[in-house]
Amino acid sequence: MKDNKNTKYLIYIVVAIISMIILNLVLDSYKVRILNLCFIYIILGLSMNLINGFTGLFSLGHAGFMAIGAYTVAILTMAPEMKEMNYYMKPMVPFLQELNVPFIVALIAGGLLAALFGFLIGAPVLKLTDDYLAIATLGFSEIIRIVIINLQSVTNGALGLKGIPQKTNEIFANIIGTRSSINLLWAGIIAILTIAFMYLLMNGSYGKALKAIREDEIAARSMGINLFKHKVASFTIGSFFAGIGGGLLAVSLGTIDPTLFKFTLTWNILLIVVLGGMGNIAGSVVSAVVVTIAMEALRFLDESINLGFMQTPALPGLRMVVFSIILMTVIIFKKDNVLKSTLEKVRGRYAKN
Amino acid sequence: MSIQEFLQHMANGTSLGSLYALIAIGYTLVYGILRLINFAHGEIFMLGAYIAYYGIIFTPLPWWLVFILASVLTGLVGLLLEKLAYKPLRSSPRITILISAIGASFLLQNLSILVFGGRPKAFPSPDILNGILNIRGVSVASISIIIPIVTIILLVILTFLIKKTKTGMAMRALSKDYEAASLMGIDINKVISFTFFIGSFLAAVGGIMWGVKYPQLVPHMGMMPGLKCFIAAVIGGIGNITGAVIGGFILGLGEIMLIAFLPTLTGYRDAFAFILLIVILLIKPTGLMGEKIAEKV
Repeated sequence: MKDNKNTKYLIYIVVAIISMIILNLVLDSYKVRILNLCFIYIILGLSMNLINGFTGLFSLGHAGFMAIGAYTVAILTMAPEMKEMNYYMKPMVPFLQELNVPFIVALIAGGLLAALFGFLIGAPVLKLTDDYLAIATLGFSEIIRIVIINLQSVTNGALGLKGIPQKTNEIFANIIGTRSSINLLWAGIIAILTIAFMYLLMNGSYGKALKAIREDEIAARSMGINLFKHKVASFTIGSFFAGIGGGLLAVSLGTIDPTLFKFTLTWNILLIVVLGGMGNIAGSVVSAVVVTIAMEALRFLDESINLGFMQTPALPGLRMVVFSIILMTVIIFKKDNVLKSTLEKVRGRYAKN
Repeated sequence: MSIQEFLQHMANGTSLGSLYALIAIGYTLVYGILRLINFAHGEIFMLGAYIAYYGIIFTPLPWWLVFILASVLTGLVGLLLEKLAYKPLRSSPRITILISAIGASFLLQNLSILVFGGRPKAFPSPDILNGILNIRGVSVASISIIIPIVTIILLVILTFLIKKTKTGMAMRALSKDYEAASLMGIDINKVISFTFFIGSFLAAVGGIMWGVKYPQLVPHMGMMPGLKCFIAAVIGGIGNITGAVIGGFILGLGEIMLIAFLPTLTGYRDAFAFILLIVILLIKPTGLMGEKIAEKV
């Protein structure tokens, strides 16, 4: 029985990778870009779901950790000449100027650095409860952003970084012979790894402890669960994946600046988590794809629309209004079912075993 | 630093602090009753300024009447917001309501980009408010003195309202125990609507005075002041009006003094509020004036 399940998952993964390779060959670069973004948002959605959905810590600091990951990857992978062009206002710190490592090393470094910050921030802040925690983490992500703006000789400040190398896929590209600029495989494979990791984590005893903390902290504590240790671990792991997601985002966009990592970014990910259901892995994956594609698909609203008999003027901003209204409607009319139904589903799954 | 300069910074800090205090009261009132961070409060602040702007541009009314009408109208918008975005969720988990509040804030922000346009607008502030007073070598914009006065007047009225009137008593009862208050025959919906009206009214007054002080309107202008005022409310102990005022003043004065004494840290101005918040939360998790929360077992 158990073996059967594992083979099933393996087949899923192989099918997913093969379809990614095929999609890479078939789709145009715009669509590849959007799919790439979908994968990145899957990683980000899952990492936030781990903190907010599974552990029940209401954290709003995701954009800050993503910024750490994104800047680390950008600084470590850019060629020295490119850095010189970017840092024209103030020269870069010489040590970082010469530093240049392969993409995968930079990505892991970004994740680890984000995790380190998550650990340092989490240790004091996680003593706070829901609303206070939300505002304190939001504060930390703003502080990270403000520090990035002010550390001109390291991060290039408000000017941002341009020309982050996108050719990160040479190995894959050589194997399958596709174009190497934007490629689904990096983000795709990391997304698969993240999904698998989350499944393993949540089905293990560690994940069950996290869920117990979400349900009732005091009961969990009296059952011998070390609240603080588990909370910090969950927060640190979540930050690690946020850093990885941020790094992938930086590579996918090719350019980053501090305004990208405002609260809006955290909000987008929070929406993915909420729409997919708090503490629901499959839900987060589906809603990440749906939200990312919907954000692109609704782009036509910003332009002038030809209704046949009349032409509406272009209304920049209409897209975000429509998007906000859709999301508000979903939140208000789904009410607490978002949480409740997923919870019941989780319980049902355990009952079967 | 000369004494004149110091006094000048004090005046600036006091006026900024009283603006923060005014907006922080709105957060505190709503939180005291609904246990909800009204994330859209900053957007209400922004709407107040925009409504006053259009009132001055398009109506022949005198500016003070426009300001009062705009504040009342914004209060009604706040009431409507509560009816649409928060009332349907009153029995849901707190996270859902918080998300709805963030959603409402984004909706209002995007809607105002669509309606008012994204380009900054110059606030047509009346000349009387823009004069510069010179008191013994300390030159202060007259608005910097008007703001604290208006704040104090509104505070006195609000305190009277809460301490002496029946609605105020109902508000206090509701903040102590929601269930018991409804059992005692208090019309909860009415009290909550009233609270939202008052909070939004004060935010609008703050927004208009902000517009006079820093005469530039943009749709996302409410974001930072909104966050900072929430921080002010938390620092003072959320749910406590005196605390909100104290928090507002600490934040306003602290921010101005930081720039005055350590000009090299000007870039970190916005971070100051957040650092202060985290430090205070770690020392006193319920804020300076907050009550101790008993752990329910």
